[in-house]
Amino acid sequence: MNLTLKVWRQKNASDAGHFESFQVADVSKDMSFLELFDILNERLINEGKEPVAFDHDCREGICGMCSMYINGRAHGPWDETTTCQLHMRAYNDGDTITVEPWRAGAFPVIKDLTVDRRSFDRIIEAGGYISVNTGNAVDANAIPINKTDADAAFAAAACIGCGACVAACKNSSAMLFVSAKVSQLALLPQGQPERKERALNMVAQMDKEGFGSCTNTGACEAECPKGISLTNIARLNREFIGAGFSKED
Amino acid sequence: MLNAKIPAGPLETKWSKYKSTVKLVNPANKRKIEVIVVGTGLAGASAAASLAELGYKVKAFYFQDSPRRAHSIAAQGGINAAKNYQNDGDSVFRLFYDTVKGGDYRAREGNVHRLAEVSAAIIDQCVAQGVPFAREYGGLLSNRSFGGTQVQRTFYAAGQTGQQLLLGAYSALQRQVALGNVTLYSRHEMLEVVKVDGKARGIIARDLISGKIERHFGHAVLLCTGGYGNVFYLSTNAMGSNVTAAWKAHKQGAFFGNPCFTQIHPTCIPVSGDHQSKLTLMSESLRNDGRIWVPKKQNDNRKASDIPEDERDYYLERRYPAFGNLVPRDVASRAAKERCDAGYGVGASKLAVYLDYAEAIERYGKIEVGKRGLTNVPKDEIIRMGKEVVKEKYGNLFDMYAKITGENPYETPMRIYPAVHYTMGGLWVDYELMTTIPGLYCLGEANFSDHGANRLGASALMQGLADGYFVIPYTIGNYLADDIQTKAISTDHPAFVEAENSAKAILEKFINIKGKHSVDHFHKALGKIMWDKCGMARNEQGLKEAIEEIKALREEFWKDVRVPGTLDEFNPELEKAGRVADFLELGELMCIDALNRRESCGGHFREESTDEGEALRDDDNFAYVAAWEFKGQSNYELHKEELVFEIVHPSKRNYK
Repeated sequence: MNLTLKVWRQKNASDAGHFESFQVADVSKDMSFLELFDILNERLINEGKEPVAFDHDCREGICGMCSMYINGRAHGPWDETTTCQLHMRAYNDGDTITVEPWRAGAFPVIKDLTVDRRSFDRIIEAGGYISVNTGNAVDANAIPINKTDADAAFAAAACIGCGACVAACKNSSAMLFVSAKVSQLALLPQGQPERKERALNMVAQMDKEGFGSCTNTGACEAECPKGISLTNIARLNREFIGAGFSKED
Repeated sequence: MLNAKIPAGPLETKWSKYKSTVKLVNPANKRKIEVIVVGTGLAGASAAASLAELGYKVKAFYFQDSPRRAHSIAAQGGINAAKNYQNDGDSVFRLFYDTVKGGDYRAREGNVHRLAEVSAAIIDQCVAQGVPFAREYGGLLSNRSFGGTQVQRTFYAAGQTGQQLLLGAYSALQRQVALGNVTLYSRHEMLEVVKVDGKARGIIARDLISGKIERHFGHAVLLCTGGYGNVFYLSTNAMGSNVTAAWKAHKQGAFFGNPCFTQIHPTCIPVSGDHQSKLTLMSESLRNDGRIWVPKKQNDNRKASDIPEDERDYYLERRYPAFGNLVPRDVASRAAKERCDAGYGVGASKLAVYLDYAEAIERYGKIEVGKRGLTNVPKDEIIRMGKEVVKEKYGNLFDMYAKITGENPYETPMRIYPAVHYTMGGLWVDYELMTTIPGLYCLGEANFSDHGANRLGASALMQGLADGYFVIPYTIGNYLADDIQTKAISTDHPAFVEAENSAKAILEKFINIKGKHSVDHFHKALGKIMWDKCGMARNEQGLKEAIEEIKALREEFWKDVRVPGTLDEFNPELEKAGRVADFLELGELMCIDALNRRESCGGHFREESTDEGEALRDDDNFAYVAAWEFKGQSNYELHKEELVFEIVHPSKRNYK
């Protein structure tokens, strides 16, 4: 296949940025989308030009590092698939593919397609944990957990923290990400003692980082590579409101 | 002779006695002690969090944007623990025994017993953190079995156990960040260890965004930087996984243990072309139900479905009737290579074998028919029901296979081939996890310690968390107790200046070579040498050739590599150059080690040391850890740590 790539180039956070077009010839259908960028970069290096900077690491859909916004969709056209698992058989000869970074105020661009997502770490710092020091634990089977709750907690915990939900949202809201963690811990007995503070503090940090509000468009769920459900956002709303009413000052 | 400092006394009381008598640091003094942790995978994140909880001031460094992205996240299968929740006869002793045997008798008994002892507490800790392990309907934890054992001791969270365990450790780490006990250094790569008066006292790191070179002091330094499988270019490791931190420490005096011990995993998706950048593992659990075969005829180009049953060679079942498709990883990998080398491989590349689910689908279909009490069910209906069962058990793996290959594994057999997966070798450490540089520790896959010559499935996660949660918090105190008078050393100290200058000089050299070939060009060439001559099978001639070829390639690299961009910016090509430069040295040492070890054991198969085609160990001459000291370019001195087996008696592994 021969393809045209329109790629966002931005030298650093303060650069205005622009699109640059590349023709890429002889693309194999068996390549992954990131391998297409490997080929392009190899060529750019050989031509003495600057390769395109993009984030990637595990290339098996679990680390959450890859983050391309492809033809207007976070992680491209395949459902429940990260950019690294998208393969070129999704495209046809002659296609033009536009590739941008995640665009959100809370994810400033570092260079080209690479963005800074440390705001997610700071949200977890605000309460996305259970306060148990090493060595404090009781026997694992001393805390039986209903299988339905355990499975629901796992489904929420499958979030890879890639930020596709934010990139897909017209408001750049991080509600799906925050709700996944709040849900996981709210569903488990271990999470109960800090349940209220967790919901309030994580939402407060989310707002402080500059993520937008949720207007229930569902774009986050549609683009999430791990199928995190909107139900979690409903649960977060309940947790947050409930905590606000009952928290003792 | 190397002293591993294994405590005296009976095996089962060594660790408890050590813990009760080890030196302690009082809380007021802990607050004044700084510890550097490099890497935030299972070992690094758990160590950083646990040390911070104790009161030490911790600085954590990682090259990714977030600690949660470390490659521990990708581990699929599970984590072993001697809980005996299944009442099937498991115990600390059995876990210890299986691990020593699985490692083909090349691991230390004292370390492995400690690992087995702390395994149960790991599960408790993770559950307390909210790790959502798989559960039964009664609400209790579920277990599954894994290769090399006869009990069900593997805890799991679907096919994402590593992810869930790492997120648990990461949450503990972020909690300590919030409490002000840990400082995070995101997108930072360690470039050098700083030694003052022979002790590790800090690191030089590069801020990957600004390119700034930084000096950081620590009373002690922990390397938790993972394995070096990417020396082969293609592996199941993440693209950024590298040996740089461990290698720089090695060149500063830390011995490297058993570098040639690498694990080649038998069930990976084969290479599809020159564009291939990494290989994807398909969980070992697939061998529970799938049957592996190749055509009986050489160079058979027919489709799998056109090859009749009696023209298929189920070679594992043929060669190993007792274990069949469930032989250990090293045996299964070598058998696949043997068939492909002999011309029986399948697919376009001919470097693949079939993993076939047709029989399992039919079998499960028939079971369903029986369960539902149906009669006269047509065959395609049985197949449909069977596919439903297989989908429930392995659906996510089948989906992944379909995405990568474009083939439907429910209809046509999967093509698989072995790939580099894990490195048992690593920095040599003593019982306290300290390297041969005082104050420099090494944890997790980066050290050589617990898996001998072959790691059993579900043991890597166990070891990473054991080291971080339950070993280092005790052993580090034994060193730091004598260091409470040491004030923070100024980073203007000449040792820091010198280390920074040497790190900078290397980076400047990369940029100034302005050669013709990209870093990847050299990395691929190195990978090919390593795979062909230091991969699944090794021989004297090949290893000697590989050593010369690597030397020549290294020379070419330093003359002809092209690194674009500048030092003071985000420059991923510059990062890769540093990593590949270190792989080009490590690769040579791996070949030297493989050449020295004239026996076959675990993942290390020397063609000269076989018995009827099977691996043949030589306990009289090689029951030792090979710990290599760096004496200069291409110059390594071998130190031996004798392995003493007081409890387990080495015997031949037989799977026939």
